[in-house]
Parts: sequence; structure tokens; C-alpha cells
Amino acid sequence: MELLDLLLDPWRSGIGRRALVEVILVGGFGGALAFWVVEERLAYTAESLAHGLLPGLVIAALAGVPLLLGAAGGALAAACLIALAAGDDRVGPETATAVAVTGLLGLGALLALSPDAPPRLEELLFGDPLGVGDGDLAAAVALFLAGGLALAALHRPLAALSFDPPGAGGVGPPPTVVRLLLLLLLAAAVAVAVQGLGNLLVLAALVAPAVAVRSRAGTPARAMLAGGALSALAGAVGIYVSFHAGAAAGACIALALCILAAAGATLPVRRAAAAGRRAPGACPAGTPPPPPPRRG
Amino acid sequence: MSGQAPAIVGVEGLAAGYDGRPVLTDVGFSLPGGSSLCVLGPNGGGKTTLFRVLTGELAPLAGRVHVEGRPAYVAQTDRTRLDFPVSALDVALMGTLPGGRWWLPARRSERSAAQAALERVGLGAEAGERFGKLSGGQRQRVLLARALVQDAAVLLLDEPLSGVDPVSGELIARLYVELAEEGRAVLVSTHDVESARDFDLVLCLNRRQVTFGPPGAALRRDALEQTYGREMIVLEGEQPARAITVQHHEH
Repeated sequence: MELLDLLLDPWRSGIGRRALVEVILVGGFGGALAFWVVEERLAYTAESLAHGLLPGLVIAALAGVPLLLGAAGGALAAACLIALAAGDDRVGPETATAVAVTGLLGLGALLALSPDAPPRLEELLFGDPLGVGDGDLAAAVALFLAGGLALAALHRPLAALSFDPPGAGGVGPPPTVVRLLLLLLLAAAVAVAVQGLGNLLVLAALVAPAVAVRSRAGTPARAMLAGGALSALAGAVGIYVSFHAGAAAGACIALALCILAAAGATLPVRRAAAAGRRAPGACPAGTPPPPPPRRG
Repeated sequence: MSGQAPAIVGVEGLAAGYDGRPVLTDVGFSLPGGSSLCVLGPNGGGKTTLFRVLTGELAPLAGRVHVEGRPAYVAQTDRTRLDFPVSALDVALMGTLPGGRWWLPARRSERSAAQAALERVGLGAEAGERFGKLSGGQRQRVLLARALVQDAAVLLLDEPLSGVDPVSGELIARLYVELAEEGRAVLVSTHDVESARDFDLVLCLNRRQVTFGPPGAALRRDALEQTYGREMIVLEGEQPARAITVQHHEH
């Protein structure tokens, strides 16, 4: 009976119920998207987007408009600035992006610590899934449904692009268009997920699930489904721990995701699933993808 | 090869390169349907650059290029991601993407076409095998199956025999002939001077067009020396020259 109460208590409270639905929906989509984030080497881009939208979040909080609007505007502004900075050959794209993102993070902190700012800066940085409102839930439902459909529609072109970057243009839609659509999905996921997981922890939901399942999934579709399920599970575990132990929910979810990623990456893979016949030059399952060639 | 057939690949005064700097200049040739062209040249000679222009991936810096329809491009197998979790059938199915409706799952007819293409390259039984676990020659044949599914009028094969086993090599070379007999234009880049004799036409590149024509005319000693320089060893002094190329790797 006690175990049943332990499991049902969060569902009996409106706050807990909303938080669970939010993390299951956002985690489900983020976990599926994570496969392509990792395969297309967009983890640093995701982190940059998440950190760079802090000024947008703070301005939305100061203006009293929904944080989602601020997150969307911040993500757009951050994406433009990152694109501009990354195009500067004098310092290199990674260095320029790091400077731009740190600048945006600093600007966000400056705004958040101003006298007129709402007092809960930590909610913006570390999230508060127990504080999501009906609007946040509606955004999560929209992300799950519309984003899921978009991922399904892009599945074949994304597979062609990730499998054969130089040859993808010859068989599918233009790779730049496919990459742009993936980036838009990533920006939407960051803007919605940042409500619950915060500006600093949201990256866990967009990378860790793929790391957890990468060496075990036989196909991209299975990796996406398993990543989505694991991410939703980690979200629920985080909410339960937070609910019963009084710990910060966003941090609990991020930790659960990272523990799953560490376990998935380090625990041995069953031989039958991962080894099989290995051709000369073939990479062992689970090794990081080689960098795509630049030119022939 | 029919000399009367209209050209389905045409290149005129082409210059191509990267960041505005040309790596290939003065290229001009035309290729009718039902013919095969061997593109010879050393590493860095411009073979892949030419193919990237023909696929539309790279815009020419100068000149004009005409290719009928969307060409099927078979990249070198080492450019693919061997750790990506796809089967041979999945890869062959990617050849159905240019047919439109890429946003929907593959239809049964498309799966049948992909399976048939795998069988044509002798890999029907390996359809469910993970691509990265196949041998180099098998992987090349799977990429060829993907191109077959595209049903393109023009096929571009970038060093398809590089590092493949003899069985795969023989099968792939036989496919060139079959595809040309079906009325397609088949362009194959290679280092292998001797294999060039089996093609209808030969194009020699070394950062520019050295020569273009039937093997008997194009594979002359002076042309090969201009194409390969010190990478070539001439085995006999007769015309047409018999030669092999030696790869010098400078780091």
C-alpha cells in the first residue's frame, strides 16, 4: 500500500500531475530528437542555443509575458548571433560561438539581477517543472504532436544525410534544408523544455537519451523510440524524487538523464546485438561518428 | 555506344574550385546516353570536384554544365558512416527519395525495387545485414544498388573499385556495361589506367583537362605523363601506352 501511495501521490496533486505530464511529453520528444542531435553533432549548438536565450527569458519575465514567447524570441536572437559569430574566420566558429554565448549569458544574468527583475533567477537557470502552468502544458502537447510529426516526416532524409553526408544531396531533399528544419525543431524543443529544465539543464534532455541508447539500438527509429521512452522515464523519476525528497525537480531530472547516459555508454553491449561480423574498417558499435569529409 | 545519340551530359569551359579558388579548369566534353566514360587522374586532380559539379553540389566558377535529370552519385564507400544503424535494404531504399514523397514511409513497391536492386548486385540475401558490417566490396555494391533504385539517366561512380574484393570488382565492372546498354551515361572515376581501356571514352584530368576521347586516342604516353607525372610507371613504350600508377603520399 505504501508503495502504491508513493507512486500515486504525485498524480493526486495538481502540481505533480502537471509536472509529470510536462516532463513525459517534453522528455518523449526531446529523447527522440536527441538521436539526431548527437548524430548530426549538434550538442554544442543545442547548448549554445539554450544558454543564449537567457536574455529573452529574463526580458519576458520583466515584461510579464509568457516565458515561452521570451524563450522563442531569445532562441531566434541567439541563433542569429551565433550564426554571425560562427561565420567569422578570424577566430574560428567554436571560439566565436563561445564568446557570443557567454556574452548573451552575461547579459541575461545582468538583466536578471537588476532591481526590477523578478526574484527567481534560479527558476530560469535551473527550471521548475513543478511550476508549469496550463500554457506551458499546451506548448508541451503542441511540441510533442507537431514535433513528433515533423520528426517522422524528416526521418528518411535525416537518415540519408547522417549516413552519407557527401551523397545526401544526390538522393534526398537539399541537405541545407534538412539541417535547417532539424535546427528549427531543436530551437522549438529548447524553447519549450527550458520552462521545466531551465537554461542550464535543458541540454541533458537533448543529448543524454541518445548517448544512453546509441550502442544498443538497431535502427534510427528504435533509437528514437527508446530515447524518448528513457527520457520520459527519467523525467518521471526526477519528479518522484523531487516530490518525495523535496529536492530541485529540474536538477533531479537532469541527474537521472545523465546517470542513464553514463550507464548506457559504459555497460557492456550484448555481443549478438553489437558485434556480429565486422568488416575491415568497420567501426565498433557505439564509437563516435567520424567527422564528415570536407571535400574529395 | 551510338555516335548519333544526343548528349545527356555536356560540359563547356568549366572551372571549379573552393572558396573562389579553382582546382580544376578548362574542362569540356559531352557524353551521349548509352556510353561509358572513364575519368582518370591523380589524387587531387579534380575527379571528385568534377563529380560534385555534375551533381549540382558545387557551383561552377566558370563555364556551363548540362546533366539530364538528377544524376545518381555513388560516393567512395569510406565517406559513408559505418557506425550508422542502417541495413543494406535501408541504404538501397534511400534511392527512392528523389522520387518525391520523402516525408512518407517507403511504399511496398519501393521496398520491392530496393530488394530487386540488391539482388542485381548479388546481395539479395544480405538485405537485412547492417551496412557497417559488410565487407568493403559489399558496401560498394549496396551503394550501387541505391543508385540503381534512383533509375537515373546519368550515373557517377567515384572510384568504385578502390579497395574492393575481386568478386565485387568484376560484378561492378559488368554493371557498367549493362547500365550503358540500358541507354544511361555512366561516368566512373578511377586511378586504374588499364581498366580505362574497357570504357567507350576516357577523360584525363590533372587540375585541368589533359585529354578526352576514345581509349585508343586518349591513353597515349604523353597524355598519361601529363596526367600522372611521377605517379606513373610506363610498362611498355608502345602506343597506346601501358602504364600503372603509383600513389605518392606526402605528409
